[in-house]
Amino acid sequence: MTDIDRGLDPAASDPAASDPFGASSRETTEGTVYTVTGGDWDELLGETTGDERIVINMGPQHPSTHGVLRLVLEISGETVTDCRLVIGYLHTGIEKNCEYRTWTQGVTFVTRADYLSPLFTETAYCMSTERLLGIEVPTRAQVVRVLLMEINRIGSHLVALATGGMELGALTGMTNGFREREEVLHLLEFLTGLRMNHAFIRPGGVVQDLPEGAEKRILEFCDVMDSRLPGFHQLLTGNAIWQQRLVGIGYLPLDGCLSLGVTGPILRSAGLAWDLRKVDPYLGYEQYDFEVPVDNAADSFARYKLRVEEMHQSLRIIRQAVEALEPGPTMVEDAKIAWPAKLSIGADGMGNSLEHVRKIMGQSMESLIHHFKLVTEGFKVPPGQAYVPIESPRGELGAHLVSDGGTRPLRVHLRDPSFVNLQAAPAMCEGGMVSDVIAALASLDPVMGGCDR
Amino acid sequence: MGLEEKLPNGILLATVEGLVNWTRKASLWPATFGLACCAIEMMTSGAPRYDLGRFGMEVFRPSPRQADLMIVAGRVTNKMAPVLRQIYDQMAEPRWVLAMGVCASSGGMFNNYAVVQGVDHVVPVDMYLPGCPPRPEMLIDAILKLHQKIQHEPLGPVRAELAAERRAQGEKLELLPSSVKYGRES
Repeated sequence: MTDIDRGLDPAASDPAASDPFGASSRETTEGTVYTVTGGDWDELLGETTGDERIVINMGPQHPSTHGVLRLVLEISGETVTDCRLVIGYLHTGIEKNCEYRTWTQGVTFVTRADYLSPLFTETAYCMSTERLLGIEVPTRAQVVRVLLMEINRIGSHLVALATGGMELGALTGMTNGFREREEVLHLLEFLTGLRMNHAFIRPGGVVQDLPEGAEKRILEFCDVMDSRLPGFHQLLTGNAIWQQRLVGIGYLPLDGCLSLGVTGPILRSAGLAWDLRKVDPYLGYEQYDFEVPVDNAADSFARYKLRVEEMHQSLRIIRQAVEALEPGPTMVEDAKIAWPAKLSIGADGMGNSLEHVRKIMGQSMESLIHHFKLVTEGFKVPPGQAYVPIESPRGELGAHLVSDGGTRPLRVHLRDPSFVNLQAAPAMCEGGMVSDVIAALASLDPVMGGCDR
Repeated sequence: MGLEEKLPNGILLATVEGLVNWTRKASLWPATFGLACCAIEMMTSGAPRYDLGRFGMEVFRPSPRQADLMIVAGRVTNKMAPVLRQIYDQMAEPRWVLAMGVCASSGGMFNNYAVVQGVDHVVPVDMYLPGCPPRPEMLIDAILKLHQKIQHEPLGPVRAELAAERRAQGEKLELLPSSVKYGRES
């Protein structure tokens, strides 16, 4: 029986090797395990054979994993041989919570799933609800939704560039991205009242009409973005370091994308012009003149370029949508679905319109009952299930809703592109360097809030 | 009146307590603990428009060893709570925690199986900031209030005296980390 069998450190029994900083090794069923407590790396490397494997844990609290994503990397030298993703650190139970709220209240929950593109999740949820209800939202509401979503798309892509730049060490990209995003947020705050988590889009339309002077503000915003967006080309696109970090990194060809169910800019970077706004138009996207940028390189650099180009295309859509805005209702006429009171800004910042309060409190008992029933109990949705996909900044986003005929959903499921796209990460990272994992992940642009929900 | 009246030009008098607290509050380095929506607003606060650099706080440290303040930005889930505690334990004293947003403060709207109902179940919190998510101005306000709190933290003999009082009440206090807070009127 040797010292090793007894579980003793062989170095400990040798007085000459009892160096507290020395390295030791022991045999296990898995192979030799080296314990390094200090000393000279060169000596240690000489002792080891080439069949070692190193497992590195990255995250969930790592500045470069794009949120609370955890990566378990097996590396051989600097090369990643195995990449496993651990998700669920931000699982919030949003879908479950929706089952205990009315259909209208569900919007407030789903908007917090993908916090960089809240208006998209709201739209997907509301469109599925509307399909279950069998209603069509008014034209103005459709245009307002398109407007808000495209503004939101610019903001989301800007964060993708900003955080991607930060993770690669291009901190100016981050500061510029967030500066530009502030313009987006200020506009959204003017239009919806909130910077993030708007809950502005509701089943049946939008909660409120756009404020006065909205068109002017939106067009001014477009002009500002037109002047700012070329800055990214000057700062990053031609930058030699940026190119060296991104060109040929995170390669995922078209067949890989298709077999993994990847959508969005990643799929389009592989050469397929798959954009639900074009292939399956919704909310009247067919009447807008815009292009779907496509690349064939299938690498991180192509995805970066596509995102910048998509922002320009969004600006095109926004300008056309402002033209298409015509006066009209922003909520369905059906009083059994539409929120009874039109919200209006009171002296305290917000509230119900005084006219409505006067009516329900002083004039019509039926109106009060109707208001109370609709707000507390909600409206009933016919039994069935619906899935309406839309094109979010990250790919196909859909809400699968199941109704049992009640005032609450039986099941809410969000098909979030972050979750589906993330499974392409090992295919992108394995065989590459550790530093390229960051670039590949940044090009995926997962939002863990949407992924884990 | 006192000594300060007889001082030559260019000499200032201060207490050690005031000086140390001033250095602590004026370069408070936050750890990057972004979780959800609030993390985006926290990053916005560090970005040019709101510019936390004005308060000596633009250096967000990914390594907890170099950070003084943990801004818990977002909903803490049961799966994340042990990680949060570990990061907190790795931070060197003195350290402070700011619960940003309602989810970190109390669980917020997510009263369910997944979310920790307030991060104070896991770590001691010095400042609670409501909002969903709070605006960057609100975060800056919370940070400035925390600065005030740090500026008035008792140190040295005052701290020892307060600790002695607590020991006299039967509390076992060996070390005096900054996360042990004393109620002193500012």
